[in-house]
Amino acid sequence: MAIWLTKDSKVIVQGMTGSEGSKHTRRMLAAGTNVVGGVNPRKAGTTVDFDGTALPVFASVADAMKETGADVSVIFVPPQFTKAAVVEAIDAEIPLAVVITEGVPVHDTAAFWAYNVAKGQKTRIIGPNCPGIASPEASNAGIIPADITPAGRIGLVSKSGTLTYQLMYELRDIGFSTCVGIGGDPVIGTTHIDALAAFQDDPETEAIVMIGEIGGDAEERAAAFIKENVTKPVVAYIAGFTAPPGKTMGHAGAIISGSSGTADAKKAALEAAGVRVGKTPSETARLMREIVKNG
Amino acid sequence: MDLYEYQGRDLFERHGLPVLAGGVAETPEEARAIADRLGGRVVVKAQVKVGGRGKAGGVKLADGPEEAVARATDILGMDIKGHTVHRVMLAETADIVEEYYFSYLLDRANRTFLCIASVAGGMDIEQVAAETPERVAKIAIDANKGVDEATAREIVAAARFPAEVADQVADIAVKLWKAFVAEDATLVEVNPLAKVADGRVLCLDAKVTLDENAGFRHPDHEALVDQSAVDPLEQAAKAKDLNYVKLDGEVGIIGNGAGLVMSTLDVVAYAGEEHGGVKPANFLDIGGGASAAVMANGLEIVLSDPSVKSVFVNVFGGITACDEVANGIIQALALLEQRGEAVAKPLVVRLDGNNAEAGRAILDGAANPLVERVDTMDGAAQRAAELAAAGV
Repeated sequence: MAIWLTKDSKVIVQGMTGSEGSKHTRRMLAAGTNVVGGVNPRKAGTTVDFDGTALPVFASVADAMKETGADVSVIFVPPQFTKAAVVEAIDAEIPLAVVITEGVPVHDTAAFWAYNVAKGQKTRIIGPNCPGIASPEASNAGIIPADITPAGRIGLVSKSGTLTYQLMYELRDIGFSTCVGIGGDPVIGTTHIDALAAFQDDPETEAIVMIGEIGGDAEERAAAFIKENVTKPVVAYIAGFTAPPGKTMGHAGAIISGSSGTADAKKAALEAAGVRVGKTPSETARLMREIVKNG
Repeated sequence: MDLYEYQGRDLFERHGLPVLAGGVAETPEEARAIADRLGGRVVVKAQVKVGGRGKAGGVKLADGPEEAVARATDILGMDIKGHTVHRVMLAETADIVEEYYFSYLLDRANRTFLCIASVAGGMDIEQVAAETPERVAKIAIDANKGVDEATAREIVAAARFPAEVADQVADIAVKLWKAFVAEDATLVEVNPLAKVADGRVLCLDAKVTLDENAGFRHPDHEALVDQSAVDPLEQAAKAKDLNYVKLDGEVGIIGNGAGLVMSTLDVVAYAGEEHGGVKPANFLDIGGGASAAVMANGLEIVLSDPSVKSVFVNVFGGITACDEVANGIIQALALLEQRGEAVAKPLVVRLDGNNAEAGRAILDGAANPLVERVDTMDGAAQRAAELAAAGV
């Protein structure tokens, strides 16, 4: 078993007919993902051909779920329309909504998150501004390259896309159960803690890699959670030790405000919780390899 | 994006919040005109995006236009914690009786918004919260419900605002929330929110941060960017849609993905410790699909920084294949040559991931003497630092 996304997951794509959406629908299908349709009210009733696979377009997430039994939606719509798309997914009570879109205003994210909470959190939201979630050899919902690593025993949760790929690549000889890119925005749905809890409960995951970066205090809170609740070994990497305060480093959430959000504080908190923190991505991979080999 | 106080004051005024009349001046003569218009005593305040300007001598009172010109002359050009003062705000003065604090901000940890209010205003709120936490009220605000009259009353009660200002503060709380939402702000802070001698409650300072991701619904926000304060290289990069931050080192950095580039800065800084203390010169994320044109634009920006002595191109091929990236680098160098900007600084390139072997073969085949291939991130960082140290 992987977490949240398995070979049985039925995936729909909101924004499937757009350029990013169609490009990545094709890639998800090639990776073996069971993509069952797309959503676009203006093109409802039509089908789109992806190299011989004809996918139906539905008017709404609710329609798509009713017709196909879909339980995952990947959202590729532009930032202007992301809030409405996520609210629609929440209203349909789809179990998992993966929001790839970058550049969503934080008021919009805060609004759909509050809406999800008010509705009893029936939908797990991953993102926004994330690469998605991949369970190698089972299913792939988002833009994580499918062929970096085979399935295996490591679980990975990360704020960064390319650092996720880097670690997947370095540890491809061991393989991964599930890799979750939670995104680099200041407000996100699924957190490090959510993923750590799920990996702790997943019998196929033996060890966990956690990747963080400057900004906010998610890593510090994750450290406290690990100390109390995680018995599996965790290795961490934090990016941004040399980033200057007050500058946004690529990700909207990657900013040191005054003295808070520094990489040093995150590293200290994680180490105090017994987590080994790599100085570079390669060292992080080495630490993980030692643990898995010795375990 | 952080606003200057005068921009925040204007924004507050547009949203119907009680502020003192004022204006902004870049020269002493402009200051005279504003002082003339305001009449009487004015306060002249340095416009810098840093705290502690009062202590640094950046806030002065002036009795009439002549004195306003003199004070503006003193303050313009002053250096406050490394920030040169290019503008002063002139505003009416007020006879302050009590100083309060009021703000709305994004609460990342709780994924919602927060109101912070206190009757102990006029000073650093973090200090007040640390020393007398009971004097600081923090109220979570539901993003969808917002702040209506009832919520405003709850805030006023929680922060224990005096009864005689309760109506005015509640009204300000509602209007400030409307401004916060309407402008897509992540912070609106009023410190001090002041009761003045005639009983009015006024916003005497304005600290505002706007969400750049919301720029598409605020075309007017672009005009709030102070182009003169933006690093020229950052400005040039922005014009080319590149995600670039100027830093103060010698090793130019180009990579794909924000996390990988941040990580690259760290690895280069560590390597620099062994090579004369060289550091990264910039952050530059060229994103997932790095085409030759994007690579050329990135290289052009990085190489035009005179402090750059070597460049480290660090790419992990995820969606993009490394052979495309390698072709991009070779084409970019040719493109720069065509543009008449012959490259003379060494490039260290690390390609890994999707089609890495093919990408490396392309680099080897091109045999550009300036391009050196190193196949691990740590090793490439070492080499780039070494080359930068040799070129310093």
